[in-house]
Amino acid sequence: MTFSLNLFADLQQIFYYPFMQHAYEAGTVVAIVAGIVGYFVVLRRSSFAAHSLSHIGFAGAAGAALFGISPVYGLLLFTTVGGSSMAILSPKATYRDISIGTVLAFMLGLGVLFISLYTGYATAAYSILFGEILGISSSDVLLTLIAGLTILAAVALVYRPLLFASLDEDVAEAKGLPTFLLGIVFMLLVAVATSIAVQVVGVLMIFSLMVTPAAIAQQLAKRPRRVIIISVAVALMTTWSGLFVAFYEPYPVSFFITSIVFVLYLLARLSNRIMKDKTVYRTISER
Amino acid sequence: MISTIGSGITVAENRSTSPQPIVTAEDLAVGYRGNTVWRDASFAINRGEFVAIIGPNGAGKTTLFRLLLGILQPAKGSLKIFNAPPTRGNPRIGYVPQRHIIDAETNIESLELVRLGFSGRKWGLGLFSQNDRKFALAALTGVGAPDLAHRPLSELSGGELQRVFLAEALVSNPEILLLDEPLSNLDIRRESELLRVVNEVVRSRNVTALLIAHHINPLLPYLDRVVYIANGKVATGKPAEVLTDESLTALYGIRIEVLHDSRGNLAIVGLEDTQGEHEQ
Repeated sequence: MTFSLNLFADLQQIFYYPFMQHAYEAGTVVAIVAGIVGYFVVLRRSSFAAHSLSHIGFAGAAGAALFGISPVYGLLLFTTVGGSSMAILSPKATYRDISIGTVLAFMLGLGVLFISLYTGYATAAYSILFGEILGISSSDVLLTLIAGLTILAAVALVYRPLLFASLDEDVAEAKGLPTFLLGIVFMLLVAVATSIAVQVVGVLMIFSLMVTPAAIAQQLAKRPRRVIIISVAVALMTTWSGLFVAFYEPYPVSFFITSIVFVLYLLARLSNRIMKDKTVYRTISER
Repeated sequence: MISTIGSGITVAENRSTSPQPIVTAEDLAVGYRGNTVWRDASFAINRGEFVAIIGPNGAGKTTLFRLLLGILQPAKGSLKIFNAPPTRGNPRIGYVPQRHIIDAETNIESLELVRLGFSGRKWGLGLFSQNDRKFALAALTGVGAPDLAHRPLSELSGGELQRVFLAEALVSNPEILLLDEPLSNLDIRRESELLRVVNEVVRSRNVTALLIAHHINPLLPYLDRVVYIANGKVATGKPAEVLTDESLTALYGIRIEVLHDSRGNLAIVGLEDTQGEHEQ
C-alpha cells in the first residue's frame, strides 16, 4: 500500500479493509471515553489507579485466555472488581495509594497463576500488553460501543457532583453528596474505560490515552468543560493519525499513538510556558 | 412584624430586643470510639453573631463543626441548629474546611469552583443553566474578589484562596457560616483583610459566623461571642466574660492570668505550659 498526497484517496483505501474500519470504530469510542474519564483521573490525581487497573486487567485477560473467552470480558470483570475494592478499602480519595497497591499486587498474583496454567501461544499476552487494535473483531467493536455509551451516560448523570467531589471533597461531603459512592462510581468508570482502551494501546501504554490527553488539555484551558472537549479532541486526533500512519508503516499502532501524544504534550507545555512568560512580562510592563 | 415598618428597622429591633438562638447545645458531649473529646457543654448562639471558637490543637474545635454538619453524632446531650437536630447536607450552612486539595496542578479558574458551591449538588450536566455563573460572580464580588474570577486556583495566594473558598460557601446564601482556621497561613495584613470581609458579611446579611482560630487578638474587634474549648470542657460567653482569669482558670484547672496591653490585646499566661497535656 502506498501513501499518496490525496487524503481522500488515502482514507478510501484505508476504509476498504474491514479490519481498518473496526480499528477506527473502536479507536474513536476509546478516544472519546478516555479523553473524558482521563480528565477526572488527572483532576483526582488518580493516575496510579488508572495504571493499576490496566495491570489488573492484564490478569483478567490472562484468565479469559485460559478459559478460552475474549480477553475483554476478563478485563472488564477484573478491573471492575479491583476498582470497586480499591474505593471501598479507602474511602478518602487522597489516601488511596496504599489500598490500590495492595489490591494490585494480589490480582497480579492471580495473573501470574493464569499465565503459568495457560498453554496457548504467547501472542495473546503480547497483544494485551502492547495493544492490538488492528486485530479487533466486530463483536468486540460492539462491546466497546456499548461500554463507551454506558460510560458517557454515567458521566452525564454524575458530572457536577463528581467534579465537586474531585475538587473539594470535604465541602462536597458536608453538602450531603454521597462522596463514598461517587468514589466507587469513579473507579468503575476508570475500570471500564481502561478495559476498552487496553485494546488500542495495551496495558503498558494506557497513560497515552487515559492521562496524557487530559494533561495536555489542562495546559490549554481553565474551565472543566473546555478541558474535556480539548482532551477528547487530542485523544481522537492521536488515535486517528496513529492508525493512519500505522496503515502504511510496518510498526505497531500503539507506538505511533504514544509518540504522537508525547510530542503534543511537549508542545502544550512549551506553549503554556511561553504564554505564562508573556503574561508576566505584560504585568511587569504595565506597572 | 408590622408591615408598615421598613424591613431594616424590623431586623434591627429583632436583634436588639429578642435574640433568636440559631444553635443551642444542652449538656452536650462528643467523642470518638468511646473517648470523650469534651463534655458538659451548654450554650446558645444567636442569629447574626460573629463567634470565635478558640482552643489548643486537638481540643475538639473541628469536632464541634462536624457535629453541626451532621457528620458526627453527639455522645450525650442535645444539639439543635435551626431548632432541629443537625442533618447532613443542610443548604442553610456554608462550610469552609481547613484542608483543600488545591495544588500547583489544579489549573481551574476560581469561578468554576465557586459555581460548584451552587450547582455541585445537582445531578446531570446542567448544559443550559447559566444562572450559576452569575451567582458565582456575585458571590466573588461579595467578598471583594471579582478580579479573581478567571484566575486559576493554582496561582492564587493563601489570602486569595480563602476569599474564593468563602465565596464558594456563600454562593448558596447560607444563614450560618462555619470557617475552620481560615487565618492559618495568612500574614497579619491578609488576616485582618479577611476578617473585615467576614465581618462585613455577618453585619450586612445577618449571617451567623463561627470561626475557628488559634489566636483571639486579631478577632477581638469583631466578636460577639467566644466559645473556648480546652481540657475536655467548653466555656462560652461574651469575650469580656470568658477571657478572664477566673473562667480560664476554671477551664484549664490551673492558674491562668489574662493580661491586657494598652491597645486592648490580650496575653493569656500559663496557657502554653498546659497546652501539651490537653492535646488528644
